[in-house]
Amino acid sequence: MTAETRSTVRLLLGWTPVDIAVADSNQTVLQYLRDQPQLKGSKEGCAEGDCGACTVVVGALKDGAIRYSAVNACILFLPAMDGKQILSVEQVADTELHPVQQALVELHGSQCGYCTPGIVNSLLCLNLNGGAADRQAIDDALIGNLCRCTGYGPIIEAAEKACSTELSAAWKTRIAAAQKQLLSWAADDQALALETRNGPYLAPKTPDQLAAALDAHPAATLVAGATDVGLWVTKLGRSLNPLISVAEVADLQSMRLTDSHLEIGAAVTYSEAHQALSEISESLGELVRRIGSRQVRNSGTIGGNIANGSPIGDMPPALIAMGASLVLRSRAGRREIPLQDFFIEYGKQDLRPGEFVGRVLVPRKLDTFRCYKVSKRFDQDITAVLGAFNIAIENGAVVSARIAYGGMAGVPARAVGCEAALTGKPWNMKTIETAKVALDADFKPMTDMRASAAYRTLAARNLLERFYLETQNPAVALELASRNHMKGLVDG
Amino acid sequence: MAELTRQKERIRGGVAQALAHDSASKHVTGQAVYVDDIPEPQGTLHIAVGSAAVAQGRITNLNLDAVRAAPGVVCVLTADDIPGLNDVSPTHSGDDPVLAGERVNFFGQPVFAVAAETFMQAKAAARLGVVDCAADTPVLTIDQALAKNYLISQDHEMVRGDAAAGLKAARNRLSGQMEMGGQDHFYLEGQVSMAVPMEDGDVLIHCSTQHPSEVQHNIAHVLDRPANAVTVEVRRMGGAFGGKESQAAQWAALAALVAVRTGRAAKCRLDRDDDMSLTGKRHELAGKWTVGYDDDGRITAADVEMATRCGNSKDLSDAISDRAMFHLDNAYYLDQVRILCKRLRTDTVSNTAFRGFGGPQGMMIGERMIESVARAVGKDPLDVRKLNFYGDEGRNTTPYHMQVEDFVLGDMIAELETTSDYRARRKAITAFNESSPVIKRGLALTPVKFGISFTTTFLNQAGALIHIYKDGSILLNHGGTEMGQGLFLKVAQVVAEEFQTDVDRIKITATNTAKVPNTSATAASSGTDMNGMAAMIAARTIKRRLIAFACNQYKVEESDVEFIPNQVRIGNQVVDFDDLIGQAYLNRVQLSATGFYRTPKIHYDRTTASGRPFYYFAYGAAVAEVAIDTLTGENRVLAVDILHDVGQSLNPAIDIGQIEGGFIQGMGWLTTEELWWDDSGRLRTHAPSTYKIPTCGDRPAHMKVKLWEKGRNAEATIHRSKAVGEPPLMLAMSVFHAISDALSSLDGYRTVPDLDAPATPERILMAAQKLKAKSR
Repeated sequence: MTAETRSTVRLLLGWTPVDIAVADSNQTVLQYLRDQPQLKGSKEGCAEGDCGACTVVVGALKDGAIRYSAVNACILFLPAMDGKQILSVEQVADTELHPVQQALVELHGSQCGYCTPGIVNSLLCLNLNGGAADRQAIDDALIGNLCRCTGYGPIIEAAEKACSTELSAAWKTRIAAAQKQLLSWAADDQALALETRNGPYLAPKTPDQLAAALDAHPAATLVAGATDVGLWVTKLGRSLNPLISVAEVADLQSMRLTDSHLEIGAAVTYSEAHQALSEISESLGELVRRIGSRQVRNSGTIGGNIANGSPIGDMPPALIAMGASLVLRSRAGRREIPLQDFFIEYGKQDLRPGEFVGRVLVPRKLDTFRCYKVSKRFDQDITAVLGAFNIAIENGAVVSARIAYGGMAGVPARAVGCEAALTGKPWNMKTIETAKVALDADFKPMTDMRASAAYRTLAARNLLERFYLETQNPAVALELASRNHMKGLVDG
Repeated sequence: MAELTRQKERIRGGVAQALAHDSASKHVTGQAVYVDDIPEPQGTLHIAVGSAAVAQGRITNLNLDAVRAAPGVVCVLTADDIPGLNDVSPTHSGDDPVLAGERVNFFGQPVFAVAAETFMQAKAAARLGVVDCAADTPVLTIDQALAKNYLISQDHEMVRGDAAAGLKAARNRLSGQMEMGGQDHFYLEGQVSMAVPMEDGDVLIHCSTQHPSEVQHNIAHVLDRPANAVTVEVRRMGGAFGGKESQAAQWAALAALVAVRTGRAAKCRLDRDDDMSLTGKRHELAGKWTVGYDDDGRITAADVEMATRCGNSKDLSDAISDRAMFHLDNAYYLDQVRILCKRLRTDTVSNTAFRGFGGPQGMMIGERMIESVARAVGKDPLDVRKLNFYGDEGRNTTPYHMQVEDFVLGDMIAELETTSDYRARRKAITAFNESSPVIKRGLALTPVKFGISFTTTFLNQAGALIHIYKDGSILLNHGGTEMGQGLFLKVAQVVAEEFQTDVDRIKITATNTAKVPNTSATAASSGTDMNGMAAMIAARTIKRRLIAFACNQYKVEESDVEFIPNQVRIGNQVVDFDDLIGQAYLNRVQLSATGFYRTPKIHYDRTTASGRPFYYFAYGAAVAEVAIDTLTGENRVLAVDILHDVGQSLNPAIDIGQIEGGFIQGMGWLTTEELWWDDSGRLRTHAPSTYKIPTCGDRPAHMKVKLWEKGRNAEATIHRSKAVGEPPLMLAMSVFHAISDALSSLDGYRTVPDLDAPATPERILMAAQKLKAKSR
């Protein structure tokens, strides 16, 4: 670490700069808000980033301008807010209610009121980012805010009414001032290095600093968006010490397009990468839209999703089928490996001491590609089975097949037998039936609370059939809710 | 004297006005205070609980040395530290210990509690306890309990006529069965209590509960103190849904124990995992039936056996199981009927009240029975439903011998059938399904008839307290609790209407056992019916005194005194309300009154299973259209139309909110909300990451809710309104049956699919597989 470090966290709480001597590096933003400034509006509903009652809006610099995103305060470590702005529900109204708040009141969008502060913040953020075009955009903003009372109708109506309201002059002035403050802090270019009662928290700014920090603290936990690591503290009661954040490493925050690849830095969030991934494949974009919630995607990174070695991890099976690779870095240098080789077995990845995930290299040119996520609940649910298919069909026959599944084994993995049963065969239902049988031999899935082994096996087979049907002409209806079906009924 | 011209104005916030929730502005600004938000007295301790890692067994060793030595720990409690009764059973059954002493009866059952300076310290310390058990093989499922005849209570039976003879004589017979899962309440605010020690060893508890009086009495028993030493206050809850009726007492008791023992305030807040693992849920229920019917599909006899999974203690399971039986019939006349319900014990957390209180489960069995008859006779299930509706003399007696006097579903369903375009959509769906091999659509219209009153008759009582201060401002208090349902506002509207003052003049105050005693739970949808009446009675008492005073003071007759908006007309004069109050005070008129209400007409004899347990019925109906994917079982609810009877609404906005919210909650129960225990008896769906309630995206693209315009309660309820808390949840049966309908298309609508609830993608796919195999 260079001498240019800082030992206190400075941030804008609302519109006021505060300097915080952090006592516990594992303290969450929610704990801080409720315990220190005693801002009790933000609620703990689950402490795992799933219910959204703690949603706050965070302002952070991106390309020199302040950008707002809604995040779950309950699993976010306070030091990660260094140099940023936190807007909690207490800062939304001035002398009058914000239009979003006003609409929620008028349209009966709160009943018990416990989820409401989080909903206000999600809708505020939608407003700050230019509003919502349609119901899908509203759903996307609200999927991560569970409400048990209203059934969501009046909340959706409030969003329709208020989220596209022009920002008031007062808001614009305040935001400009906030941006100025964040820019002046950023100009220091100091890396955060905290000493707290449970150990250091380091937020290096360059890959070399990161490699050095990791070298100095080989037992450190690396954290990016904390959408997984945060739960080790709030759910498992672990004390993470030392804690090294990769989120502030500028090089890891960037995406690059080459002729062949989209290169995604390990600190790039799902939200930031969403558009670029959608441009590679619409199906992939739809998958990203269904990963966690807006809040989770605003914090969570693809790099983190890979590094944590989840057996499901929605993105890895899709990336494996696409043929993505991984750049791993350390003080010793860098190496590139196919993503599929990174996952060795459950809980074990090909990651050497001192090494960290640097970039994910995603091929831009695919064959016929689709990925299908099946979960108990359509949105914001952890996958039961995910199938990703990247198959080249020429003259009615399969030239090559890359197929990967999540939720079928201890790691996301290729369906080798199934691929073999397809390759070189005519692209017809008979081949699919054979390949389904081969698929059975590829995986021995487990039974758990998300699905039984029998269901996983059957659904995995059927996803291959769905992929086949999608390539057929005339098309078979495969969408549950075509956008026009209910049009005649939607008035009133 | 004010001008007479003001007389024609309407008050703000009388009955029937669609006012926003009284706390709405506080909700959206984060200023609404919940128990965990109350400023903590200095030195407040935080409590966590610890347990053994078995579902059933005798405790052989308890070593808490490490817990006591952990940082920040101030106090550790076990069963031995309880001065009074170690029981918080709502039915005084002696089987709901605050801390388990001898045996552990479900996985995670608290054996000790630790109080520390911070919440995280308490949680960390609780993990250090050593609790060894001689574990027994736990009984976890309905099947296991049935096999062992492992019961929590006696079987109960309702009989009218002779079901066996009726079945024998029936032209056709069929049998069927179904199981449905439980449901976690998933109120956004978990269980929480903060106890503040007072003088004389008394204690004040801020508690998130629907039943402050029961919490008060249970804590008094635990502390071995009279009830007057314990005060329980509830300003608002962050949702409850039945889950904070009996389930709040244990945590409140722990907070009280620590507060009394240490002399420091103590807070017991369950985090989400503890809340879901350690508190009760909706009862799982299995039912099987044999039904006799004629060739048209009219049911002539029914024999039904149900079993509820009650968990490890009695709690409210008897009343819940009874309500399942009371609602088996739903809207249908069952001639020659026998209904039996077994109450199974399992070594799992004790199940409890949840919106509908067993009614939804019983109703589902009844609806499934109807559906199976409809498929057997080859008719649209709607037609068979109509055919079996309650009717006139001879077809209007329930299985518990109550007359259904105001059956309005015939009218309502005719209206909904038309407005939802049911028949045309039915045709379109049939056509779609013929041409769509993978995606199938389904449609169902289901009714709800729900009995209103506590079936335990003595609970149907309520009290209220009204003060008018000498400046004319009004303070309102009653025994009902606010959990988001808008009760406080509705009751305030009733009082505003009585005094003809703007509702803003009425201060809504926290429920407090020191103000109104011996209250019943805010439950059974009864909150507004009972507390609204009690408040009206209190208001009328004060009004009578004011009228008598005015007559005396102004020398007029009673008929010359009229409460008009924010004023009182006395003869030819108009006096501001404030002025009259000021004058009344100076003339020593009592401006405070209590009101007490007991629901009339109801009685029930459980030994003969007959009587009139319900004051009246609430009705509703819903049409749902769904699509299912027969490759994966994934599904979407596409459209919902609801027509619901709330009588004459006290607040249409609040009522519609209850209907929409209840429907979506019911939809969750029947589709995505699945409770899953592993073989050791440990609940593995104990947080929103694994337990999936509906999200915003699950709300159908088309959802239309209408209050039935002709609705008027035939009974003299508060302004002829009807209860609305629970009944709408059951409207979601339409979603389940629409899924079932979509599946039925796979074999030409000949059979009812073998589909249990919740209809997860997995269950739908497996049911589809069976039907496909059958029709091959």
